[in-house]
Amino acid sequence: MTEPLLKVRGLRIGATIHPPGEKSRHIDIVHGVDFDLAPGRVLGLIGESGAGKSTIGLAAMAYGRGGVRITGGTVTLNGRDILSTPFRDVRRLRGGEVTYVSQSAAASFNPAKQIMEQVTEAAIFQGKFTRKEAEDRAIALFRKLGLPGPDTIGSRYPHQVSGGQLQRCMTALALCPQPDLVVFDEPTTALDVTTQIDVLAAIKEAIRDTGVAALYITHDLAVVAQVADDIMVLQQGRMVEMGTTDQIINAPKEDYTRALVSVRSITHDEKTPTQTPVLSVTDITARYSGTDFDVLKDITVDLHPGQTLAVVGESGSGKSTLARVITGLLPPSAGQITFAGRPLSPDLAARSKTDLRELQMIYQIADTAMNPRQTVGTIIGRPLEFYFGLRGAEKQRRIQELLDAIELGKGFQDRYPAELSGGQKQRVCIARALAAEPRLIICDEVTSALDPLVADGILKLLLSLQKSEDMAYLFITHDLATVRAIADSIAVMYQGRVLRYGPKSQALSPPFDDYTDLLLSSVPEMRLGWLEDVLDSRKMESGGN
Amino acid sequence: MRIPLAALIGLIFTALFFGAALFAPLIAPYGMAEIVGDVWEPPSDRFPLGTDSIGRDLLSRLVYGGQTTIFIATAATALSFVVGSVLGFFAAVSGGWIDQTLSRFIDLIMSIPTLIFALVVLSVTPTKIPILIVLMGLLDSTRVYRLARAVAVDITVMDYVEAARLRGEGTLWIIFRETLPNALSPLIAEMGLRFIFAVLFVSTLSFLGLGVQPPQADWGGIVKENKEGINYGIQAALYPAYAIALLCISINLVADWILGRTTSLKGGRG
Amino acid sequence: MHPILLLVAQRLALGLLLIFAASILIFAGTSILPGDVAQSILGQSATPQALANLRAELGMDQPPVTRYFNWLGGVLQGDLGTALTNGRDIAESLSSRLGNTLFLAFWAAIIAVPLAIALGLIAVRYKDRWPDKVISAVTLTTISIPEFMIGYLLIFFLSIQLPQLIMSLEFLSDGVRGWLLANLRFSSVAMMNDSMSLVEKIKSITLPIMVLTLVVLAHMMRMTRAAILNVMQSAYIETAELKGLGMLRIIRTHAFPNAIAPIVNVVMLNLAYLVVGVVVIEVVFAYPGMGQYLVDHVSKRDVPVVQACGLIFATVYIGLNLVADIVSILTNPRLRHPK
Repeated sequence: MTEPLLKVRGLRIGATIHPPGEKSRHIDIVHGVDFDLAPGRVLGLIGESGAGKSTIGLAAMAYGRGGVRITGGTVTLNGRDILSTPFRDVRRLRGGEVTYVSQSAAASFNPAKQIMEQVTEAAIFQGKFTRKEAEDRAIALFRKLGLPGPDTIGSRYPHQVSGGQLQRCMTALALCPQPDLVVFDEPTTALDVTTQIDVLAAIKEAIRDTGVAALYITHDLAVVAQVADDIMVLQQGRMVEMGTTDQIINAPKEDYTRALVSVRSITHDEKTPTQTPVLSVTDITARYSGTDFDVLKDITVDLHPGQTLAVVGESGSGKSTLARVITGLLPPSAGQITFAGRPLSPDLAARSKTDLRELQMIYQIADTAMNPRQTVGTIIGRPLEFYFGLRGAEKQRRIQELLDAIELGKGFQDRYPAELSGGQKQRVCIARALAAEPRLIICDEVTSALDPLVADGILKLLLSLQKSEDMAYLFITHDLATVRAIADSIAVMYQGRVLRYGPKSQALSPPFDDYTDLLLSSVPEMRLGWLEDVLDSRKMESGGN
Repeated sequence: MRIPLAALIGLIFTALFFGAALFAPLIAPYGMAEIVGDVWEPPSDRFPLGTDSIGRDLLSRLVYGGQTTIFIATAATALSFVVGSVLGFFAAVSGGWIDQTLSRFIDLIMSIPTLIFALVVLSVTPTKIPILIVLMGLLDSTRVYRLARAVAVDITVMDYVEAARLRGEGTLWIIFRETLPNALSPLIAEMGLRFIFAVLFVSTLSFLGLGVQPPQADWGGIVKENKEGINYGIQAALYPAYAIALLCISINLVADWILGRTTSLKGGRG
Repeated sequence: MHPILLLVAQRLALGLLLIFAASILIFAGTSILPGDVAQSILGQSATPQALANLRAELGMDQPPVTRYFNWLGGVLQGDLGTALTNGRDIAESLSSRLGNTLFLAFWAAIIAVPLAIALGLIAVRYKDRWPDKVISAVTLTTISIPEFMIGYLLIFFLSIQLPQLIMSLEFLSDGVRGWLLANLRFSSVAMMNDSMSLVEKIKSITLPIMVLTLVVLAHMMRMTRAAILNVMQSAYIETAELKGLGMLRIIRTHAFPNAIAPIVNVVMLNLAYLVVGVVVIEVVFAYPGMGQYLVDHVSKRDVPVVQACGLIFATVYIGLNLVADIVSILTNPRLRHPK
């Protein structure tokens, strides 16, 4: 067996945190992790937030972000222990032997400098190439990564190219010095799904062609399955399981890994539409004041009682604007909305208390959806008080019922939102909506800020509540796996229009329009070779045309 | 809750200063304008800090001066806060042309340096304490307005405020129950800074002879009365400087602490 | 035309508009407020006849709008009117005083700006270590004392105590003491006249320069520190660190280009502050500048002088803020290289 490129033994990482109003204290982030990475191999590091995966990735560069410090163990790169190397030599290795691709290229590029200068900087500074060689390499990499105008894109400034393109430029930046190892830290997470697939394919091809080794960090197992040779599963700073990609995906040994692999496998049988919809949106057109284009154009959809309509689209498709129109925050310029058989006033101020009560909303970021100065009891209790006039013991009883309904036990009433976990916060938001006894809840990307397993729990809760309380959901999301899991009918939105609308079984079966086809085929699937299959079939189609 | 040492020291000294201001007649050994000794007597058992340019006890002048200065600064700060934060919240919650008009007008007033504006106005108004307070309070309310508006705008775009609107809550509930509790800490910290500014400002005006008029004592005025003594090596004019520095540093320490707590509450990474 | 030029032109126009609006505000502040100028000049015992005469002389019998435009018309032609107290032409009295004030502010800025930026950089370099803490404690103290008191503290210790201290150092020879006394002499009065050489002038204003430097240094240094820290916490600085670049190179090529605008902003804001701080310092050191002139005439209730000085101070202040705005437009890569 060849000598590993990167050898990590007993890696322990800690950080000093400064909680408000308390003494700073030390916490451990990574508790002893071992792994090897052979030259030219790709190791996926996977785990939920708090697993320590980014921290481990940066430790391979002997770097700790913020107050993070490496407290124990060894990291050996090319046969040299980089943790005990003098700082001067560590600097020579960063940007030369090992490079980094961050999640947000937009923030990681210096806004004041041209892309070419930044892409070639490390290669020239570390003395690996001359300026001319480095620039030729950069242009070749731009071409390989499928960037438009590879010869000239380097003279642009970061704000002049799109997010997906900048993420590829970042990959070029990492590959330009011809490193032995690249650390990819969630490189496609911030991208739309149809952009993600292209960037993912470009990264994979670049890794293969340059023969570089990589640590690929992500929370999305389906993504890492496409690029990694091996996968290490992490949970709260400890290794759960490590194996080949094939073994992890197809024969996971540990329960936690099994849970990760089977995430989003909730099945939901589609309900048939009833006679009268609870919500009818007819020919809605809307624009924001001060702009001169319609963000929504002739939207018509129906939602039936006790069912779920999933509104799917990428950023800029207008799906969240549709929610603002329905809630009355943005009166439409044309069209009408009927709710529970009565016309719904376009303006929030003119709506009756019953309308307000029966139409509730849950937000993407539970953190900002709850007043940090109010306790859970106050947050859930206010709608009870406001809509039903409940007071005292009766209100307390009802609050407890609601807390039970969202599977939070006693003792949560007096807590503040800051004392809850991400999933618990979102549950409290659900309880607040539930407290109004609504007919319809608008769910705006309610699971997209959550870790997959937590998100699954929220989706299951929403489904069981829908059954018991007979509520309809208007579910806004960019995530097709979520759609498959919960929708009865689907509306696909693109550039302010509904491209496709119908019951789930119909909407998700061919023949597709081009965009829906692209969207559906871009969602990573949890199997090996998915990326190649999609790219092949797309090539065939375009070859056939 | 743990109070850091620096903030604790700040709190103690602030309390001492305000206590001395409140109970000035009990603390001061002599009357405010009482001539009890010779000109610029050195410190002695009778006069712990010596006497001033016309033979009044300097410690008594300093204590009464502190009372005047702190009273004017407190009143001006209170006025600037009431006016500034009410208008600021109102502008943020109303939005639209009301916000635009108010904000542009405030910009205009702030485009003229505060001291210059005050001098311009004082050239035609009588120098009386109520006028000083109103003038300082109104001029300073522009800064409070900006902060209050900025904080309130930050809060009103939060989803929880939108959630309250969608619930059908009225403007009063949104201002007092959703916005205000979250805006309080930065505003209180700012209040400390505004108070310091008011102390410095009223002292400056009195020093220039345009603020508190003799025989009433205030810290800036004591400097003006005793500045000639400096040339003879007499420190009388410097005591108010020490007093002001001590008071302002104490309040700064408290304000820093409150502000630090706020930013971490907002989820800042420290 | 490049869109950035358009933006700069817009900003300039806005600046002019602001100066115009400020002139209205200054005029209104002295005319519409309840105080009666004539009454305050002549005192409570004035006869109604004398009051009426003075009002007519001041043009107070005309409506305010007419008076404003007469005044503004004069100002635009360089005629600032005549002082009520001595009947002299204001523009004439002001010209040499304005020069003196700018002279003082200029030398204070020459020393304070580089010093503040250097200290700011040191504070960032040693963030949360002792140099940072010392600098922040010292600046906190200077921020907490009014300018004029810093002036008297320096007079007391440097021009009164220091010579006495030197005299008392008996182990020094008379020659050394004499030399020290001659060279460490800080005048508590800042004389200024045309017959003095540049060196003499600067020597004469050493103390006021020191006071002004101390006063703006604190603010400028704190704000510079914050501005640089803000830039240094950006993700692209981390990218540069992960390229293995050295600290100096990171600061020079990555931090500096992005820190120019915020630092210029800080400097301009503090220069504006300095111009105002000059007013008080001139009184302390009896310096024949515009500030002293203004304060004198405020107590004499000489409204035309106050209006003229107020307008000039406001114009300088608005002008400096305008420069900061324009620099931040010119250095913004998004505006310089539009999509």
